Amino acid sequence: MRYWKELVKGIWSRNPQLVIGLAFCPTLAVSTSVSNALWMTLAATFVLVCSNLLISSIRRIVPGHLRIPIFITIIASFVTVVDLLLNAYQPAVYRSLGIFIPLIVVNCIILGRAEEFAQKNGVLVSVLDGIGMGVGFGLTLTVLAAVREVLGANSLFGYTLIPGMEPATAMVMAPGAFFVLALMLWGMNVINSRSKRK
Amino acid sequence: MEIKVFVTILLSTIFINNYVLARLLGLCPFLGVSRKLGSAVGMGLAVIFVMTLTSFITYPIYKYVLVPYKIAYLTTIVFILVIAALVQLVEMVIEKTSPALYQALGIFLPLITTNCAVLGVAVLNISSGFAEPNVSLGLLKSVTQGFGGGVGFTLALVIMAGIRERLELADIPENLRGVPITFITAGLLALAFYGFSGMKI
Repeated sequence: MRYWKELVKGIWSRNPQLVIGLAFCPTLAVSTSVSNALWMTLAATFVLVCSNLLISSIRRIVPGHLRIPIFITIIASFVTVVDLLLNAYQPAVYRSLGIFIPLIVVNCIILGRAEEFAQKNGVLVSVLDGIGMGVGFGLTLTVLAAVREVLGANSLFGYTLIPGMEPATAMVMAPGAFFVLALMLWGMNVINSRSKRK
Repeated sequence: MEIKVFVTILLSTIFINNYVLARLLGLCPFLGVSRKLGSAVGMGLAVIFVMTLTSFITYPIYKYVLVPYKIAYLTTIVFILVIAALVQLVEMVIEKTSPALYQALGIFLPLITTNCAVLGVAVLNISSGFAEPNVSLGLLKSVTQGFGGGVGFTLALVIMAGIRERLELADIPENLRGVPITFITAGLLALAFYGFSGMKI
C-alpha cells in the first residue's frame, strides 16, 4: 500500500510543477510540440529514476557536507548518458530538444527528489518515487504541449488538424507557454480549494 | 565591423532572445526573487557577474582541454562542476574583499548554481552561436553573450519585480494569487518582448 502511494503521489497530490512548483524552465521551453514533450519526459524520467536508485543505495556512505556536489556529479553523468544515446539513435529529437538535454542537470525536480527523498529512503521506494514524479512531470508537460501545439501550430503529433486555418503562432512562442501554464495552475488552485471546502 | 558584431550580440541577447522571456531559461529565480525590487537588482547583478565569468572560463576549457583531448562527452559534467566551484569561489572572494557587497548579495549567490541561464549560456557558447547553429563563438564573443544574457535576465527580473510590488496592492481573485498571476504577467511581458523578434539588425 505504501509503495502504491509513493508511486502515484507525483501525478496529482504532489505534482512537480503544479503543486510543488519546480521545473518550470523545461516545462515551458520544451512544450512546443507533443513529441518533444514525450521525449523530454522519457529523458528526464530516466535520469530521475537512475539518480534516485544510485543515491538511495549510497545514502549511508555519502558524507553530509559533500552530498550536493556528489549528487550533481551523479545526475550529470546520467544526463551525459541520455545525451549520447539520443545523439546516436534519435538525432532529430536531439536537434529539436537542443540545449534542454544538458539542462536536465539543473532541472530542480531531480536534485530536489535526491535531497528530499532518495537520501532518506530505501532503494525500491526511491525508484517508485522517481517513476511517479517523472510521470507527473511528463503529464503536465504533455497537456501543456498538446494545448500549445493545437492552438499554435494547428496540429497534433505533427498532423495538421484543420487544413487552411491560420494558427496563432504566439502560442508556440514564449507568451503562449506562460499563459497556458498560468491557466493550468489556476485550474489546479480552483479544484484544490473546492475539495478543501467540502 | 567587429564592433558591430558585438553590438548585435548584445542587442540579440538582451532584447530579441531575452534569456527569460524568449528562451525561457532561469525561471526559478525569476519567480522566486522578484517580490522585492531591491533583491531583484542584487540577484541580477550577481547573475551578470557569474554569467560573464562562466563564459570566460568554460569556453577556453572546452576549446583547449576537452576538444584536444577528445573528451568532449564530459562537457556537461565539467561545466556544472566549474559553475558550482565558481559560484563558491566568487562567494568567498566577495566575502573577503567587500563585506558590504557580500551582505547585499550573500544569500543570492548559492542560488545561482541551479540557475539554468548560467549553464544555458555555457552550452550555447560552444554548441551554437546566437544566430547560426553549429558555429561556435570566439572567446570575446562568448563573454559578450554571457554579459548580454545576464543583462537581459536582470532587465526581465527588475521589470517583473516592479510590477509585482504593485500587484501586492491589487485585488486579485484568491485562486489566481501567487504563481498563476505572476505567470500571466510574465506572459504579457513576453508578448511585449515578442515584438522585438521582428527587429532586423
